[in-house]
Amino acid sequence: MRGESSMNVKKSPKELLINNLVPILFILICAFGIPLSGYSGSYLLNEILSRLGRNSFLVLSLLIPVMAGMGMNFGMTLGAMAGQIALILVTDWNVVGIPAMVLAALISMPVSVFLGWLCGNILNRAKGREMVTGYIISFFMNGVYQLVVLYMMGSIIPISSSALVLPRGYGIRNTVNLEGMRKSLDNLIPLNIFGASVPVATFILVAIFCLIIIWFRRTKLGQDMRAVGQDMEVARQAGIKVERTRVLSIIISTVFAGFGMIIYLQNIGTLNTYNSHSQIGMFSIAALLVGGASVDKANIRNVFIGIILFHLMFTIAPTVGRNLIGEAQLGEYFRVFVSYGVITLALVLYEVRKRREQRKALEEA
Amino acid sequence: MKGISKEFSGNRVLNDINFRLYPGEVLGLVGENGAGKSTLMKILFGMDEIRETGGYGGEVLIDGKKVDFHSSEDAIKAGIGMVHQEFSLIPDFSVAENILLNREPQRYSVMSEVFGKRLNTIDSKEMQRRALKAIERLGVALDPDKQISTLPVGYKQFTEIARELSKEDDAEEAARHSKDKDAVADASSIRLLVLDEPTAVLSEKEAEALLDAMKKLSAAGIAIIFISHRLQEIIEVCDSIMVLRDGEIIKQVDKEEADVAKIANWMVGRAVKSERVKRDTSHVSDEIVLDVKNLRVDMSGEKVHDVSFSVRRGEIFGLGGLAGQGKIGVPNGIMGLALARGDVFFEGSKIEMNKPSSPLGAGIAFVSEDRRGVGLLLDETLEWNVAFSAMQVNGKFLKKFGPIHMRDNEAMRKVTEEYVDLLQVRCTSTKQKARQLSGGNQQKICLAKAFALEPKLLFISEPTRGIDVGAKSLVLQALKRYNEEYGTTIVMISSELEELRSICDRIAIVHDGGIAGTLDATAPSEDFGVLMLGQVKEA
Repeated sequence: MRGESSMNVKKSPKELLINNLVPILFILICAFGIPLSGYSGSYLLNEILSRLGRNSFLVLSLLIPVMAGMGMNFGMTLGAMAGQIALILVTDWNVVGIPAMVLAALISMPVSVFLGWLCGNILNRAKGREMVTGYIISFFMNGVYQLVVLYMMGSIIPISSSALVLPRGYGIRNTVNLEGMRKSLDNLIPLNIFGASVPVATFILVAIFCLIIIWFRRTKLGQDMRAVGQDMEVARQAGIKVERTRVLSIIISTVFAGFGMIIYLQNIGTLNTYNSHSQIGMFSIAALLVGGASVDKANIRNVFIGIILFHLMFTIAPTVGRNLIGEAQLGEYFRVFVSYGVITLALVLYEVRKRREQRKALEEA
Repeated sequence: MKGISKEFSGNRVLNDINFRLYPGEVLGLVGENGAGKSTLMKILFGMDEIRETGGYGGEVLIDGKKVDFHSSEDAIKAGIGMVHQEFSLIPDFSVAENILLNREPQRYSVMSEVFGKRLNTIDSKEMQRRALKAIERLGVALDPDKQISTLPVGYKQFTEIARELSKEDDAEEAARHSKDKDAVADASSIRLLVLDEPTAVLSEKEAEALLDAMKKLSAAGIAIIFISHRLQEIIEVCDSIMVLRDGEIIKQVDKEEADVAKIANWMVGRAVKSERVKRDTSHVSDEIVLDVKNLRVDMSGEKVHDVSFSVRRGEIFGLGGLAGQGKIGVPNGIMGLALARGDVFFEGSKIEMNKPSSPLGAGIAFVSEDRRGVGLLLDETLEWNVAFSAMQVNGKFLKKFGPIHMRDNEAMRKVTEEYVDLLQVRCTSTKQKARQLSGGNQQKICLAKAFALEPKLLFISEPTRGIDVGAKSLVLQALKRYNEEYGTTIVMISSELEELRSICDRIAIVHDGGIAGTLDATAPSEDFGVLMLGQVKEA
């Protein structure tokens, strides 16, 4: 991948600093925050392991559109919606445990494929502005999602469980209890290290997904995506179907985001019907960027570094806020503020770097 | 090719072109920009563009059989390969990956049963092998694992040629797999290679290696059409040389009969010499008003490496040269529209680079070659278009009521009417939208806009591009008159040498991002031709 190949080139310390500004900033924040929070090592380890299991799949699903040059896929929210619809249905049918997760994954797939296809085609009409377009599409689709869940479920789509349906007879309640599958994947293979429970089965799935991504890069489609990502016109001249390739990358990302959302929610144990999906895209993208990814290059290493740093900050922020100023609320405020800040910073840095490279190229010419 | 002709919307760009090519022959194709070289090659290559614009006349014969390519793929199948001027390479891919772009050898994978062929994995060893084979045929030292962006331009060019060569392997491969005897016979290997200005961006050494490679290919029986502006190279490798001018073959000679001066003369010599208009040069002083030193501009397709020139007050200074050599980059760089560095002094004070307000404030105006893009507000009235810049830069056409500035519509109308009269703009009223005017009239509005600024120095880039002959001479006349009446210094950039020679006092020719030489406009056209081709000669 691009990330690794550019590592071979020697760079000045200043350039290294600028290129890795976001991760370095986060390491500093965490280094300051951990002693202030007063949490024990085993507590933090437990938190990080559980959050790694919870979020890895979602963040990994972002890698493929980056490869195809479409930037951060804000449209992954669509996959999250598909996953949630599937979970609501599965809960209503009283399926529990691992079979429930598999069934939910199967149901989410066609929905994700359709939404991804839609999103990919819209993004093809907005080349160069994929990210902002994807962001707005996710807002728009949120409305459609609400229409389905709030009005159609229980009226058109049969929902029998009274625990799910609002008292008026249709529409889903604010929270859906996923007791039946809570941590069923995480605890499938129980393991404890230093008093921290390790979600072994989840990690195995994540590892498989990583292998799939590595393998995918070596397929014809993966090669085409990299070509399209770097130069659409050249790829087109060589006979690669540019538009189709781009749509495929979004579909794949959306499907995996749907699976990721199912894994995420089985860990949490409750589904916030109208909120769970809304911030997942932003937090996943922020995590990836914290890991040192940029709009045009991201790799698996970025995913894990990013999740560890970003969620370490997430965990300690409320207590640090309370210990410093006496208000836990401040920590909550801080994490949202930081997420948006990171995305902004990463986008600005990306532009700055591009300009610097252009300038350098001019000087060398 | 027999009797090839081609019209673009009634405009005949190729007229009765006949030539033949033998296996292993290298044909040099030379001609000015717009002479029809590219169009001719596009016809040969069956490009969509040609069919979409109404096809062509005449016929193309290969091995005595008439062929009619419906797409460039047909042409490739018939064994024609083409290397374009611009690189079509993916910068972060390796050489091998680029050579076999979208033709990667694949290995069967289980997943492809479910999801289709595109999930086959790529056989990197086989890819390596085929890439090496193509590189060896070319006879150059090129490492297939190297990343394209780290290579010098010459090697990028080799990669492109290797890609064309590797295509014949595909045919063989496909034939072997199908086990069909007819297919084997059909799978013709590459027969004809078209190289469109492959050496334009190469250093001398790289070009030499490329020429060697070409000789090798031709010895292997592959015919080559070599398009270049470097005449020395043409003479060195080509067996015969064909000179195109204005869509006609001017000369077709064996290399023994040709030398650089002769070819240059054939290329630029016009059948009809345009009359040079008399100029009143009394207002031209010896004072240097614009001094450009070591200008370097990064503009795609028009890179400027090192340009220095100075312009006297009151003169019309021409910048000429072939397309892509950098002449358009010069004004765009000075005006801050493209990334630039260097020292530019105007009336003794320094102009800041990359800051458009600096040259504008100093009284320099620019009429861009891209009049639809940056020159005009197409959906605004003519009045707006004429007055807009002056309002912004000089604060003209404004009525002041204390701190509030209001538009002075009356003054805008007056000045626009004045220029419409002066330049004979054909429009229904000054309230008409700029979009509704014809190209020539739009160009005149661009001029009016620049004149309304009352600049001390005016850069005007390609003022007659895309407009008809009548409008051309009007625009040129207007420029000349404006220069004579107001003493405004004008720097005019144009691809058409004759146009420059008709109104300029001195002309500098830009070649390969630098100034090849500066000549008096009255110098003979052969001298200009030689400069345009990069044969530096001090005037």
